[in-house]
Amino acid sequence: MIALVDYGAGNLKSVLNAFETIGVKTKVVDKSSEIERASAIVLPGVGAFGDSMKTLKRLKLIEALDEQIFVKKKPYLGICLGLQFLATKSLEQGEHQGFGWVEGITRKIQPESREFRIPHIGWNEVTVLRESPLFDGIESPVFYFVHSYHLELADSDKKYLVGTSWHGETITAAVQKDNIFGVQFHPEKSQGAGLAVLRNFIKLI
Amino acid sequence: MLKKRLIVVLILRDGKVIQSVRFKHTNVIHWNPSIAVEFFDKWAADEIVVLDVSRNKNNRKLFYEVVSNLSKKCFVPLTVGGWIDGVEETRKVLRLGADKIAINTKAVINPEIISQLAEVFGSQCVVVSVDVKKHDGEYEVYINRGSEPTGLSPFNWAKKAQKSGAGEIFLNCIDRDGAREGFDLDLLRKVVESVEIPVIAMGGVFTWQHLVDGIIKGKADAVAAANIFHYTEHSAKKAKEFMKQAGIDMR
Repeated sequence: MIALVDYGAGNLKSVLNAFETIGVKTKVVDKSSEIERASAIVLPGVGAFGDSMKTLKRLKLIEALDEQIFVKKKPYLGICLGLQFLATKSLEQGEHQGFGWVEGITRKIQPESREFRIPHIGWNEVTVLRESPLFDGIESPVFYFVHSYHLELADSDKKYLVGTSWHGETITAAVQKDNIFGVQFHPEKSQGAGLAVLRNFIKLI
Repeated sequence: MLKKRLIVVLILRDGKVIQSVRFKHTNVIHWNPSIAVEFFDKWAADEIVVLDVSRNKNNRKLFYEVVSNLSKKCFVPLTVGGWIDGVEETRKVLRLGADKIAINTKAVINPEIISQLAEVFGSQCVVVSVDVKKHDGEYEVYINRGSEPTGLSPFNWAKKAQKSGAGEIFLNCIDRDGAREGFDLDLLRKVVESVEIPVIAMGGVFTWQHLVDGIIKGKADAVAAANIFHYTEHSAKKAKEFMKQAGIDMR
């Protein structure tokens, strides 16, 4: 069973529908005991960082995630905000602590000119920088993005950067650190290429 | 580079797809909306917007069913608008499978709602829909399905919506709705210049060239249409091919 973590915001249903379409059983969870029973964990996007982090803390899910990811080595897929959570901290509407699973800061996109509108909304190409199972067999990596913030990795952790996109500056599109995967785009909303990413993730279990 | 988007809009009244002409919603299209969406998804629409233009909330349940059903078949972003009045209603439609909401009348009455929605769901989830009509020679924002003038200038209102936390502007020109004359490019350009967030143009598309004009001349980030997609098969795909040939970077 794949756990879809519910933190109050999030477009859970879209992610659920996408997994259902590729024939994978998922369960929407908001308890640590349920996370413990899962074989893989997905944190979907859409939400504000501070508010969502508060909910995760209130539900005492962060400790459970830590154990399942670092001790049990279960595959984790963070989508959009689920990727941004990996950061040490976020500068979205104030300053908030992140999971700190990678060294980096979630900050507003700073495009080189005004022609690049923020939020970065729409389909954009992803440049795959190094091999990662997530992008296996995907010939045309074009995905749907919708965000104003992105995770800027610290120099020490740039080695975890798997894919980037361009929107007036280089945007972190995909990250992998061992069993931890994060994508800034929405695979559940990126038609065939997106479903392929989810299929690739499932193969890791 | 970010690609331009083609958005298919489904206008629903009491759970049925209808056509819209100058915001009068008469012609019922005999379509099952979820099958329509499945087609649009396959035909390469970049996004789908569903608007509930029912006159009251009596049949809102039917609309919820439609949203829930079509979200199962829609693997592109789905925006839901009509009768959105705050955090609870937004949470409800997101739970049904929407990815973004479009808010109009209630945002004009109380712009605070935009900030509240942005705070809870993030700006990227909040599309502010702006309906514009010429009134005594000036562009003016209308609410309540185009029936009520507000005295607001669309340019100032768009700016204010952005400041309050809107992630996108969905600009609909009432005079052009169903008029088959293309977008009001003058209005569109001025709204685009007023804000830094993406602007979606809607209202008046009758030829694929109109879509091209909206992007190249009107400077829109995305172009949307409803009625035109009802007429031909594979319409979204054909539209995108035409746009690509015109030199626009499309998916």
